[in-house]
Amino acid sequence: MLFRLLVISAAAASLLPAPAMAQPQVLRWGGDAEGGAPFVEADPSDPSKLTGFDVEIAELIARKLGRTPQFLQVQFTSLDQSARRGDFDIGLSGIEDIPARRASLAASIPYYEFREVMTVRDGDRDRYRSLADLRGRKVATLGGTIAYDLLLEAERSHGLTAVSYDDDVHPYSDLLLGRVDAVVLDNVLADRAMRRNPGLATHADALATGHYIIITAPENTQLRDQVDAILREAMRDGTLEAIFRKWNVWNDDQPRLFARVAESGQSGSEPVASPAISSATMRYLPSLLRAAIVTLVLSCLAMALAVALGMSIAIGRVYGGPIIRLVLTVYVEVMRGTPVLLQLFVIYYGLAAVIRLPAFIAALLGLGLNYAAYESEIYRSALEAVPRGQLDAARILGFSRGQTLRLIRAPQAFRLALAPMTNDFVALLKDSSLVSMLTVVELTKQTQIFATNIGSWVVPGLLCAVLYLAMSLPLGHLARRLEARWRLPTP
Amino acid sequence: MTNALTVRGLRLTRGSREILKGVDLQAREGEVVALMGLSGSGKTTILRVIAGLEPADGGDVQAAKVGMVFQFHYLFEHLSAIDNVTLAPMQVQKVSRREAEDRAKALLDQLGVGHRAHALPRELSGGEAQRVAIARALAVDPPLLLLDEPTASLDPARRHDLGDALHALAATGRALVMTSHDADFVRDHATRVVVLADGRVVEEGDPHQVLGHPQHPATRELLQVERARRR
Repeated sequence: MLFRLLVISAAAASLLPAPAMAQPQVLRWGGDAEGGAPFVEADPSDPSKLTGFDVEIAELIARKLGRTPQFLQVQFTSLDQSARRGDFDIGLSGIEDIPARRASLAASIPYYEFREVMTVRDGDRDRYRSLADLRGRKVATLGGTIAYDLLLEAERSHGLTAVSYDDDVHPYSDLLLGRVDAVVLDNVLADRAMRRNPGLATHADALATGHYIIITAPENTQLRDQVDAILREAMRDGTLEAIFRKWNVWNDDQPRLFARVAESGQSGSEPVASPAISSATMRYLPSLLRAAIVTLVLSCLAMALAVALGMSIAIGRVYGGPIIRLVLTVYVEVMRGTPVLLQLFVIYYGLAAVIRLPAFIAALLGLGLNYAAYESEIYRSALEAVPRGQLDAARILGFSRGQTLRLIRAPQAFRLALAPMTNDFVALLKDSSLVSMLTVVELTKQTQIFATNIGSWVVPGLLCAVLYLAMSLPLGHLARRLEARWRLPTP
Repeated sequence: MTNALTVRGLRLTRGSREILKGVDLQAREGEVVALMGLSGSGKTTILRVIAGLEPADGGDVQAAKVGMVFQFHYLFEHLSAIDNVTLAPMQVQKVSRREAEDRAKALLDQLGVGHRAHALPRELSGGEAQRVAIARALAVDPPLLLLDEPTASLDPARRHDLGDALHALAATGRALVMTSHDADFVRDHATRVVVLADGRVVEEGDPHQVLGHPQHPATRELLQVERARRR
């Protein structure tokens, strides 16, 4: 919460024109405190303060530059875009050294070497020793990381299923819950997860190695060179070692990395050939289409649930007794009055102790139950808008109340409800992007992964928009045609 | 001839307003009874009470099975003309679709709207909609047919056709009760007229007699208003 406030105030501050001076006094550094220790986390004893090795490195750099460090909270997956926009001067938060990043940003020399390691439940320690043992199983990681690319490759070579999370805490909690069977992340995160969650075992063998780097805006190579110099000095004089030792992440890999960096004498950012956008697009197009199908199927099923439940609620509110009406009114107000994101979290993570719903089912239920509240209001007003005369005519002809509802009132109400329903379906299509929080890779999430990997939002954003429009426009067209056919006379 | 409808001492209050203050009314098989009265005299309300759409506050209504044709028809807007007619026989009386459709076609033909069987209500003219509404009411074969202002949506030529249709219906042994403000139509086509004023029946009898030589001041006022409206 606190960090959200920080983001807002920092974002507001960044809107103000920067005072013109040769050497700014403040060093704005971006990171994601949600990632937590040992990188960046709120100090448990004083949540307004931050602690972590990345915090100390940022402070070291600021001190050497003679500036005051100022933290800016940025979602981990948005750090690159934010750096490019110039929201902060330097970014560090366990940021991995990948080609796309070097191509699109100014990146420092590596300052830490990590190993991608596999964590499993204690009981599976001997069963699942490598990715090859996980055929047909789900393996979790953080989206947009080296580990995720590793798992995507393993999907093809070993037939496992990669599950992408937006944070590095829930992969491990879902591992314990049995929703996934292994987690692949770097050893720093794995070690922390092992400390927090008894019942996990990590295989020490590296599936890959990688490095953390510091990023700056692409044009800010001057600052990047300053950062490189400060890092080199800190490697030589033991400052960096002291920081890593303090946070318990020092190991034998680091002196070797420091030696290599000292030898190379080069700047961190050798321009790396950026993956050609056209070839990347061709590579990502199938997964974007698959994700669009997930979006469409999820939205259609959720809407079907919302329509069925919404109709029942509406009928209950129009025909039911006072207790039924009260219960249904409370349901509608609660579902409409709280964020759908919160409802999704409660269904997926909150209920996990009681019932362990698969992610897709939880997403379907969350969206369906939420939209049912909105649909019910549409049907209720539509039922009430059917002219009284229609009901009088039905009564005299001898129809029962149930028959009148089924044969006359509901069909007419449905026609009245069609336009607002279509509207809601298009809204649902877009709201379905929220379920990426529950590890369902739908269109928006896949676009984000695409954008992170090629380091640009332009092509992925356009493709994503085209796919959403391809889904929503025909729907609007169909609804208009039905409406024209069913048009009721103006009373 | 037996009474298809007997109403005794009907009273009805809405809020503080007494709408009906003890109305007596009978209709026998073969009769076409016209209820007349100024706007607000309670004509339509009586039909609605007889049809069971409004509860009365006092009095007694004994009616055979009722069919009703509303002033604004209230055809089921989502169904074609023929589906409007077949819905109740099929769903309420559990008649087979084929039988219901044969009968509906015959009724629509008889009323001169057979060619409009597959039109939606919004595609029908006022007169066509009214005849479909009559067919719908007749499809369940009610001995008593109520019609609220049946001439309101008709031009003069159509009025005459309607009159003939009502006579034909009465001739098959039904009792018809209609409200109307059209004195000429009532004179030509009703077998009896009942004049309402201030929630009571003030005069009734043969239409030529009552409308030609009105005895009650309310009847005279009614005819004056009617004449004024025509000019």
